[in-house]
Amino acid sequence: MRALTWHGRHDVRVDTVPDPEIVNPRDVIIKITSTAICGSDLHLFDGYIPTMRAGDILGHENMGEVVEVGAKSPLKKGQRVVIPFTVSCGSCYFCGKQQFSACDNSNPATTSDMSETLYGYPMGGAFGYAHLTGGYAGGQAEYLRVPYSDVGPVVIPDGISDDQVLFLSDILPTGWMAAENAEIEPGDTVAVWGCGPVGLFAIQSAFLMGAHRVIAIDHFPRRLELAKQLGAEILHFREVNVREALWEMTGGIGPDACIDCVGMEAHGLGIDNILDTVKAHTFLGTDRPAAFRQAILSCRKGGRVSVPGVYGGMMDKFPIGAFMEKGLTMKTGQTHVQKYTGQLLRMIEEGKIDTTFMISHHASLEDGPDMYRHWHDHQDTYTKIILKPGLEKGAVQTQQEKIHEPA
Amino acid sequence: MAGFLLSGDNQGRDGDTLQRTLIGAAAVAAAAGVALYVGRKLSGAPEGPLLSDAPASTLRGGRKPDPALVGRTVTINRSAQELYDFWRNFENLTQFMDNVRSVETLDGGRSHWTIAGPAGTEVKFVSRITEDQPGRVIAWESEEGADVRNTGRIEFIDAAPGRGTMVRATITYDPPAGAIGRAVAKVLQREPNVQARRDLRRFKQLMETGEVTSSASPSGRRSEDPTKQYL
Repeated sequence: MRALTWHGRHDVRVDTVPDPEIVNPRDVIIKITSTAICGSDLHLFDGYIPTMRAGDILGHENMGEVVEVGAKSPLKKGQRVVIPFTVSCGSCYFCGKQQFSACDNSNPATTSDMSETLYGYPMGGAFGYAHLTGGYAGGQAEYLRVPYSDVGPVVIPDGISDDQVLFLSDILPTGWMAAENAEIEPGDTVAVWGCGPVGLFAIQSAFLMGAHRVIAIDHFPRRLELAKQLGAEILHFREVNVREALWEMTGGIGPDACIDCVGMEAHGLGIDNILDTVKAHTFLGTDRPAAFRQAILSCRKGGRVSVPGVYGGMMDKFPIGAFMEKGLTMKTGQTHVQKYTGQLLRMIEEGKIDTTFMISHHASLEDGPDMYRHWHDHQDTYTKIILKPGLEKGAVQTQQEKIHEPA
Repeated sequence: MAGFLLSGDNQGRDGDTLQRTLIGAAAVAAAAGVALYVGRKLSGAPEGPLLSDAPASTLRGGRKPDPALVGRTVTINRSAQELYDFWRNFENLTQFMDNVRSVETLDGGRSHWTIAGPAGTEVKFVSRITEDQPGRVIAWESEEGADVRNTGRIEFIDAAPGRGTMVRATITYDPPAGAIGRAVAKVLQREPNVQARRDLRRFKQLMETGEVTSSASPSGRRSEDPTKQYL
């Protein structure tokens, strides 16, 4: 089959690789119909996530049609399914508590050693996201092996398009959990750093959970415009001093909750971020947490900080004083996707959540490497890219009336 | 030396620089010495009877009874009896013990083990049960003449109500060539510590999910088989 493979920093190729096969009784194989490129794929593209191996197949936002079924899978050939990016066994203590991304069994015994060394305990498995999370092939390919298929896959009823439901795989539940972790109360003002797909879903979710105001922060005009369409007030951080703006806009109180949808590769103008960038490029540091620091410093006393943004290593200058003295609460974590998919699918069916407005491009798998380049370099116009193995090379379809130019 | 450097007016700039450098070096050396001393003081093993409630395998170097003592605990969402029953049937162990080629049950609580050692070697021994408490403990030791003398003990300990069972493996072994053998085996990932950790993880997977987790999948690496687990 054809698949998008990672070969190093800024080197993604289309390769011919073997087809996946059923390995365990609870597996299925799906034929991919849609697979999105995620913001967190850029951390892989930029070489920030350790334990990638040359030849790894990318892609963790996947859906498709069941084409092969293991002996103990309840799924049936022909069913359309969305696959959560988290691989979860469904029977360990953590899955029992619906902390699916903390699954204790889905990271194979050999690869789990690495995260145990790095983080103290082994991480759960995930598709297409380095060997730290198990080394599972991703779905930016024609076919995908899905383990524990009785736990993850969401069967999609007829009459709903791929575009409407694909994001159940990651970014929609991630935005939703980000808002849930912000413990929003009626009347709250919520500040959201980053208006990428997760930020946009966090904004929508915050309003659905009763936020009175949402203030969204970014520096890409198109992304800020999408946030505004959702009802958020917007801040362009190259135009305004964000902390002063948040102080003034909340009458000296500060946002009740702050959500960092940016993660380890923050842009930013502060001296701290310049130093972090230098350190990251000279291998003296890993994460560049400018947005995170700003969120903690901006949050009101006794407020909540929610961190769906991805971090991987160590951080300098964590404002622990502000965090402690203001009495903040922080919640974070990889998304417990399986906990939310049922509820969110119903909300999509009922028209309560708009999941398609951010999609800017559909492209073929063969155009994948170009698309990674655009996703990295043209974040203003490429707000969400969906790859469809069914499309012919060059058949790039633009939504939002944008024009595709080869990278 | 310092007196020589400090005396006279004709040292000039170079003298000052050298002097500052030396004072700096002395300060660094002194700080390192203090750090080393404090570190030793703080990490030094206390004397007297052990106070900690933790298993012996977690003891620091100075207090560990045997450097070849390996211990590892895993919590499994199943009853102690169920886990014991599975384990007690030693032939089952090949389902999750990666390096155990075969186990053959003999008479009198004895069994014959064939284990993959480092670099394609095979280790064979006969093991004899020394303690057997159904639902609680299985312990064994290798009989005379084993290539690698070893003892083992598996305890099945009830976790908090509703939280399954803690399975604790404690293994001692006498590797060929002692410490060097251990180091070589560690590099080759056949070291009992690594092996015990991974075997218990696979045991948990098998007991909780019914299968040993595998991320076997295709990749652009031509030499790899998409049905096999690598790394």
